[in-house]
Amino acid sequence: MELITNLGIGFGVALTLQNLFYCFGGVLLGTLIGVLPGIGPVPTIAMLLPITYALPPVSALIMLAGIYYGAQYGGSTTAILVNLPGEASSVVTCLDGYQMARQGKAGKALAIAAIGSFIAGTFATLLVAAFAPPLAEVALKFGPAEYFSLMVLGLIAAVVLASGSLVKAIGMIVLGLLLGIIGTDVNSGLQRYSFGIAELSDGIGFVVVAMGLFGFAEIIVNLERTEHREVFTNKVSGLMLKWSEFKEALPAIIRGTGIGSVLGILPGGGALLGAFAAYTVEKRIAKDPSRFGKGAIQGVAGPESANNAGAQTSFIPMLTLGIPPNAVMALMVGAMTIHSIQPGPQVMTSNPQLFWGLIVSMWIGNVMLVILNLPMIGIWVKLLQVPYRLLYPAILLFCCIGVYSIQNNVFDVYLTALFGVLGWLFVKLECEPAPLLLGFILGPMMEENLRRALLLSRGDWTVFATRPISAVMLGMAVILLLIIVAPSIRKKREEAFQEG
Amino acid sequence: MSFIRNPKDFWAGVLFIAFGLAAVIIARDYALGTAGRMGPGYFPRGLGIIMIALGLILSLRAVRMTGPRIQFGSFKPLLIVLGSVIVFAMAAPRLGLIVATILLIVISSTASHEFRLKEALISSVALAAFTLAAFVYGLKLQLPTWPWFIQ
Repeated sequence: MELITNLGIGFGVALTLQNLFYCFGGVLLGTLIGVLPGIGPVPTIAMLLPITYALPPVSALIMLAGIYYGAQYGGSTTAILVNLPGEASSVVTCLDGYQMARQGKAGKALAIAAIGSFIAGTFATLLVAAFAPPLAEVALKFGPAEYFSLMVLGLIAAVVLASGSLVKAIGMIVLGLLLGIIGTDVNSGLQRYSFGIAELSDGIGFVVVAMGLFGFAEIIVNLERTEHREVFTNKVSGLMLKWSEFKEALPAIIRGTGIGSVLGILPGGGALLGAFAAYTVEKRIAKDPSRFGKGAIQGVAGPESANNAGAQTSFIPMLTLGIPPNAVMALMVGAMTIHSIQPGPQVMTSNPQLFWGLIVSMWIGNVMLVILNLPMIGIWVKLLQVPYRLLYPAILLFCCIGVYSIQNNVFDVYLTALFGVLGWLFVKLECEPAPLLLGFILGPMMEENLRRALLLSRGDWTVFATRPISAVMLGMAVILLLIIVAPSIRKKREEAFQEG
Repeated sequence: MSFIRNPKDFWAGVLFIAFGLAAVIIARDYALGTAGRMGPGYFPRGLGIIMIALGLILSLRAVRMTGPRIQFGSFKPLLIVLGSVIVFAMAAPRLGLIVATILLIVISSTASHEFRLKEALISSVALAAFTLAAFVYGLKLQLPTWPWFIQ
């Protein structure tokens, strides 16, 4: 069995003392920051990214993956205890999780979230290990035309599956692509959109964009709200579930894992879509749907399993095609580039240690999540008691030092502030910033593949339609767009995002 | 302006048009080339035009379809938070991380409606100590730590 040999390589890498340490450190730091209200995985990863610069590439990616799971789980803890989702995918966890907390069952909600996440994580890791190699095999045959069409499909699918206005989302992608162009053109050596500023000749750092749009803007918007929230921190006890409760939740965990795994692979899906879909399914098939929103254990188990499964399987397109399906994976691609690894199908063959080490460490990270979170829940709860007025200046500080330290240059800090203004404006105008980040990361790749494809075809645009794989992908993108524009489906889509 | 029925979409459209126009105008000086031999101006100019088109769709649609108003609320958090970041950026290279940390924490704290001066001062000193321990000694960041006249 090739799979077992490969997993063997992976365990060999992931179980070294050094990598175990970084995996643990990542999960711990990720949970620590992720548990803070109002900070989702994207700013958490952006904030902690500079720590990993000095590490060897494998350890850096293992740590970043750990940070991601930690942040995700930390966000669920906050959702359950404070009713304040750190990110969109824990919005649904708030619904029943917070109600369970109000009924004094906070411990049980946290326990089922951890157990569900673990089961889902284990299954999804196996899925990644099984499906990544054949997919990478196919992707190796792709030429520039196929790659360009794949990126178009990926970006279109990402906006179709996300919530909000379609035109705005596409506009945000194009804006991201434009921002990605800033800097020196690799082919002509020309400085584009750099306004003669030396710091811009290497382009804008993706940490700057992510931190400004997600981190700073989030803090500002949170400060504009003044309502008070009730924190259920003294009532966290009784982590042990009754067997009957576990039996009640298990089918929801299994369904959530399945839904999350499938939806996680899709562009734009990631953790978010799975969580929403799992909640909707649980509510629909429940014997008594009226219990949902009032503390139904399935309403926590399903979405929590789904978001963890989705978080895991969203690594598949990133690892095999080099195309990030969501904002978190876009950051991962950026991180790989910093360590001079070009993500794509060749990573698996050229760097099997990294590839399989990362996959196995995903599972180890999940084990650590359970070990870390259940006994240490008291510490996270203490963190939640820190009032926001003390918290946000500290977050701001870590963002500033993080950005400043990337190139030892304060220019990046000013630039982040500028993106903070832009991010705040986007919130006011209801423009989702995630598609912008995707476009920003894919911009240079897209231009390069477009250029190469048309160079090979001598300027003939029909190459995208005559090469079969490329044609199929562009066809799918068009169909997706048509479907979403059709009024009946548009209405259904709005309803789906209204749930929760 | 009563003809704008959906201000959020309208102004998002205006923003897109502005970015698109800027992209196209600045790219004027970049060689366009042909599809088969793309110059550095080809891709950005194409994107700029798409951007303008999307902006026009959004803005024109906003005249017909109604939507919620933009909730601006107080500009205080925006100005103070980003102001404190700019002060940090100005202070850090000359006055060092420690002074910059204290300035950032105290200034940014005033953005909260629950601001208490004493608390902010204590917190700024504690975080300055943490910065020293974690970033300067722990992660060994090569950044100026103390003001230039002390070093």
